[in-house]
Amino acid sequence: MLCLFFGGGEDLQQRVFTVSEVNQYMKQLVDQQPVLSDLLIRGEISNYKVYPSGHHYFTLKDGQSALRCVLFAGSAKYLRFRPENGMQVIAAGRISVYPRDGAYQLYCSRLVSDGVGDLHIAFEQLKQKLHAQGLFAPEHKKPLPAYPRRIAVVTSPAGAAVHDMIRILRRRYPLSKVLLLPVRVQGEGAAREIAGAIAYANRFQLADVLIVGRGGGSIEDLWSFNEEVVARAIYASDIPVVSAVGHEPDVTISDLVADRRASTPSNAAEIAVPDQAELRRKLQILAGRMCKSQQHKIDGYDRRLRDLQRKRVLTDPMAFLQDRSMQLDLTQEKLVSAMERVIDQNTRRFTHAAASLDAMSPLRVLRRGYCVAQKADKTLLRSSTQVEPGENISLRLAEGSLQCQVMKRGEEHEESDL
Amino acid sequence: MKKATFEENMTRLEEIVSLLEQGDAPLSESLAIFSEGSKLLAACRKELDTAQQKVVKLSKGPDGAPVEEDFLSEEENQ
Repeated sequence: MLCLFFGGGEDLQQRVFTVSEVNQYMKQLVDQQPVLSDLLIRGEISNYKVYPSGHHYFTLKDGQSALRCVLFAGSAKYLRFRPENGMQVIAAGRISVYPRDGAYQLYCSRLVSDGVGDLHIAFEQLKQKLHAQGLFAPEHKKPLPAYPRRIAVVTSPAGAAVHDMIRILRRRYPLSKVLLLPVRVQGEGAAREIAGAIAYANRFQLADVLIVGRGGGSIEDLWSFNEEVVARAIYASDIPVVSAVGHEPDVTISDLVADRRASTPSNAAEIAVPDQAELRRKLQILAGRMCKSQQHKIDGYDRRLRDLQRKRVLTDPMAFLQDRSMQLDLTQEKLVSAMERVIDQNTRRFTHAAASLDAMSPLRVLRRGYCVAQKADKTLLRSSTQVEPGENISLRLAEGSLQCQVMKRGEEHEESDL
Repeated sequence: MKKATFEENMTRLEEIVSLLEQGDAPLSESLAIFSEGSKLLAACRKELDTAQQKVVKLSKGPDGAPVEEDFLSEEENQ
């Protein structure tokens, strides 16, 4: 066998090699093969291990065979997903011999998932992790201010997206001030710039609402918005964040963490501010409602007032006096007639009494020829027995009187003959 | 006194409208509220009519604090 290595037969005496020499020779031999210096290998990952050094070790296998692989830390940092056992991948790299172990292995420079894209896997993995940590929780989402005064926009100062947003913000709500925080939105370091701008806006309380985003692009272009550092910055933001990355179907981790997701940057501008046309309509409606309710109130008072006005005391104030005056007249009349009745009655009573008095007057009896006899002591004489002969009596006639002396007493019946 | 923001004016206006719609206030009081509402309406409309949006680009100043510079949108460039 060894003669093959040395290609000749110049020295047939067998030479003894060290292990290192053989392994080194094998390494040279393998490294000379162009096919092995840059190849793609499809396989399933097993025994995946990451060492503290940052190097990744794993085995690629298919149904029959296995191949040891190493991915050094310098290449591992470009991994877009976390490789796991059982994953179907395509590894790129070169085959070489590791002289210490006398084993050949794949020195992997890139590892991409076979089938679904590796970015897709990375996306799913980060999504699961952040979801488990509650970064997408609805209860963490903050409401957007209804009338933001300052709107900070974290995006690229170049490109159509920023101008679309400014145009829409101006058209809808010119009351606000727009602060642009210029960042790179793709490429190495873009994610850190975006996250930094979000933190900066919070540190200086720059705005009432933040729009973070960029225009459309490939999944690689949008990738910064799928990075954890951006997700964390959005989650930590006290200022509500509207995420606006790419077009409608693109969903990024930023969209999931943000307080509101917009389908496009233009849509973010629409979400972030009210529309002045709508505000004018609203003002119109408020004005209408205000006037209507006030009119209603005034109408109510007006109706009451008119009802009162219709009452006669107010329509014809003299009527009140006339009424009272008429009543007074009537009363007066009643009083007068009552008075007359009383006078009449009394007059009649008086006449009657006077007539009776007259009839009973002794003078009227005397006028008919009777007289009244009285003793000297004025005692009326009703019987002859009341006097003795010789006694002086007086007779009272209708006109004048007589002083007489009793001569003799007659019998009682004689007197009654008169 | 600080000038009321558009939001404060809108909020107060909505309050006034619902107060008036409840209709409990005596006439003189509701007239005063109505007149306040009318002023707020005018103020809000005026603010919308006269608003001029300002767009600035921020950069970090020497002390880390933001520095504003004008940012011309495409419309203004044309």
